[in-house]
Amino acid sequence: MLGFLIQRLLQAVAVMVVISVLVFVGVFAIGNPIDVLIAPDATQDIRLDTIRRYGFDQPLWKQYLNFAASLVQGDFGRSFVFNMPVLQLILSRLPATLELTLVAVIGATIIGVPLGMYAGYRPNAVSSRAIMGLSVLGFSLPTFWIGILFIMGFAVELGWLPAGGRGDTVEVWGIQWSVLTLNGWSHLVLPALTLSLFRMALMIRMARAGMREAMLSDYVRFARAQGISDSKVIFGHVLKNISIPLVTVFGLELAATMAFAVVTETIFSWPGLGKLIIDSIQSLDRPVMVAYLMLVAFLFIMINFSVDIAYAALDPRVRSGRT
Amino acid sequence: MRRDASPFLRFWIEFAENRLALLALGVVILVVGAALMAPLFTPQDPYDIGKLVLGDARRPPGHVGSGGYVHLLGTDAQGRDLWSAILYGLRISIQIGITAGAVAFIVGGSLGAIAAFAGGRTEALIMRFIDLQLSFPAILLALVISAILGQGKWQLTVALVASQYAYFARTAHGAAVAERAKEYIEAALSTPLSSRVVVFRHILPNCMPPLIVVATVQIANAISLEATLSFLGLGLPVTHPSLGTLIANGFQYMMSGRYWISIYPGIALIVLILAVNLVSDQIRDQLNPRLQR
Amino acid sequence: MTAALEVRGLKTHFFTRSGAVKAVDGVDLSIERGRVLGLVGESGSGKSVTGLSILGLIDHPGRIVEGSVRLDGQELVGLDRDASRRVRGRRIAMIFQDPMMTLNPVLRVGTQMSMALRAHETVSNAVVRERSLKALGKVGLPAPEQCLAAYPHQLSGGMRQRVAIAIALLHSPSVIVADEPTTALDVSIQAQILQEMQRLGAETGVALVWITHDLAVVSSLAHDIAVMYAGRIVEYGPTADVLAQPRHPYTRGLLDSVPGEAEPGEKLAQIPGSIPALIDLPPGCAFRARCSRATGACETMPEIADIGGRLARCFHPLEAA
Repeated sequence: MLGFLIQRLLQAVAVMVVISVLVFVGVFAIGNPIDVLIAPDATQDIRLDTIRRYGFDQPLWKQYLNFAASLVQGDFGRSFVFNMPVLQLILSRLPATLELTLVAVIGATIIGVPLGMYAGYRPNAVSSRAIMGLSVLGFSLPTFWIGILFIMGFAVELGWLPAGGRGDTVEVWGIQWSVLTLNGWSHLVLPALTLSLFRMALMIRMARAGMREAMLSDYVRFARAQGISDSKVIFGHVLKNISIPLVTVFGLELAATMAFAVVTETIFSWPGLGKLIIDSIQSLDRPVMVAYLMLVAFLFIMINFSVDIAYAALDPRVRSGRT
Repeated sequence: MRRDASPFLRFWIEFAENRLALLALGVVILVVGAALMAPLFTPQDPYDIGKLVLGDARRPPGHVGSGGYVHLLGTDAQGRDLWSAILYGLRISIQIGITAGAVAFIVGGSLGAIAAFAGGRTEALIMRFIDLQLSFPAILLALVISAILGQGKWQLTVALVASQYAYFARTAHGAAVAERAKEYIEAALSTPLSSRVVVFRHILPNCMPPLIVVATVQIANAISLEATLSFLGLGLPVTHPSLGTLIANGFQYMMSGRYWISIYPGIALIVLILAVNLVSDQIRDQLNPRLQR
Repeated sequence: MTAALEVRGLKTHFFTRSGAVKAVDGVDLSIERGRVLGLVGESGSGKSVTGLSILGLIDHPGRIVEGSVRLDGQELVGLDRDASRRVRGRRIAMIFQDPMMTLNPVLRVGTQMSMALRAHETVSNAVVRERSLKALGKVGLPAPEQCLAAYPHQLSGGMRQRVAIAIALLHSPSVIVADEPTTALDVSIQAQILQEMQRLGAETGVALVWITHDLAVVSSLAHDIAVMYAGRIVEYGPTADVLAQPRHPYTRGLLDSVPGEAEPGEKLAQIPGSIPALIDLPPGCAFRARCSRATGACETMPEIADIGGRLARCFHPLEAA
């Protein structure tokens, strides 16, 4: 197990290095960063001075090393737009996004997995067909469009829920949370639901496929031949089997949902990372873009890492080194 | 079911048994047809800025504009006839979706197949990279690439291909590896048949079904992603609005009750994506050997 | 004495989109306590479906359309879901072919045995443990304690099948239906399991229905043998008689195609053609297309009748040698 952990950690570091190279090339090397840093009507002297100051006259590999060195020290530079350290800016926006993402993914799992399991258990029932119809819809509706419909329906027409913002927050451990106030929840429901519909559709499908396959498997047939009731077969036998792929999906979805929060946050003016990155892209605030990408990559790797460990903990075959 | 029918015909007969999928296929054909022949069905060329009249902007459905014809679905903020803008927008969406899907299919499919047959280090390197990319959300990649490349049709296509080819690569690789391991391939390779014949006659045809399934899903995804990027202001410019651009432009007027600018393009988008997904669902079910009895 | 298991006129059909598949179409069987019945046939003959039907494990789109299954005199066909479940595993058990797949890979053996026990009895953890250990000991597993704590993948194929048998024995059932339980095992392990089953049958008095395609397996194990073809029994009688002097041409064909019976270098006999599709089966003897003795009479279905001390379903039975 320890060897497994060390191996995975080394892999994670390697992946971070690869990603930092890609981000560096993608964001700094393509296009001319100087155009962003100085006014178009600046004199040639100012131009050269800026190039020297930011090290753009050095060879590319040296620029990358400077870039990597400052990343390691936690120095992501200053935001051109907000004129504050990028790291501080990002950390101040992170809780809002985490909150939204977690509520969306946990909600999608709690609702989607039982629905999917039911649909897999009774594949021919009318209710199962309805569930699958819903999941096709969840897959097909683009996130931004669901958001628009929700705002139209619940905020504009019915006036039940606010159309944007984060609402009242409570400070815990120096961080603001919306989930702890009723008003915060009223702001959270629509964006979280918007964000979760696609995930829910995915969870339904995964759970259904897993359930269908499991119900046809030999171990279920053997369990039923022992006179174990269907409910005990499902909750005692099948659940643990299908939870293994579901945990993987849960982890990956957590990360993917953070990325999709970009769209939801823009629509609902949710003051999180996603809105920040869109604003930064539009104002070409490159240090923020770089920091965001590195942060998301980091979170991804951490999540993948935890998924691997959870997987090993759940599946005895992996735990004992067999695949 | 007739047993003597060709595989293609049998596939079609089974497909047609699902009424919903058949209806969806009809809708896809109708929408694609209407979009391709958009100029025939529209009173206005929405990309000809010279013909746009600001006085006609944001008029409700049924309004008779200065052009002397009825705006069936109203007009947008620039005075475009929405019906025309939607058909032209569909055309762009479909064009980008299919182009991106096809390029990603070719690039990803060959990459996966090459990896499977090269084996060793090359395979490990390619697949590691693909896995790495797949663990990264497609939308983020598309977002960053289109932010770097700027607005425009080909820029968007590049962004979509870059974020989608990996799915094809993984599928092709998985299928090719599974085929490679099968005994009949070994048997075929041990005969004097050239390896090219084996690859093209035996392996590729057997890798096609999963790739076709991925392709149908990815075309729908590409259309959806294109709309999303355009909605976020990173896709197509206001002068050449796609469905996403139209919806984004209408979004700000929704609060003031001018619902039609966003809603109608949105409905067109959803009908298209939903229909493509329903068709691809049925194809997937039919091609999935595990569910066949 | 009533038979432990009595099957009469059992018909199980599967209603698919392309028509009804008559997987089992009128099967009669009877077996007493402590005896072994070999149910023999090629794949697709309906032998496995017969086993599943006896246990009441037929799922949509299949259904038992007719017939009766009596366990110690009690009718099982037509029981509601829960009553049927209460019989399964307690009074009649089933074990399956691939021991790799029949145990849940992610649960310990102990957990699976405990679930099997608690499906029918409310018992304390200590009792569960004690009875599980006893059952594992009974099937000849050398280290029952370690076995309880193990996951299936940590056991060998033979050990897994012993675990499955132990689970089947937990409630001391009257009947065990074994569906090709040794087919996936190595020959040496197969022999061990066969011996074990023979011993267990004699000790516990359980009646054993042994489903297999392998005549060699049943010849050493079964008291009686029933040969199935296309959903029906074609020959049924004491093992020694049937194997020594088969009367149905199909049984003869099966015996001739066993390699052990042939001289080295001699061409193996084979039955021409293959088992017919069970959908839209024409009337009459299903074997007639492959049978050298078939005549016009075979276009009606022969009744099963006593021919030389066993039952056979044939108008033109082979003569006693």
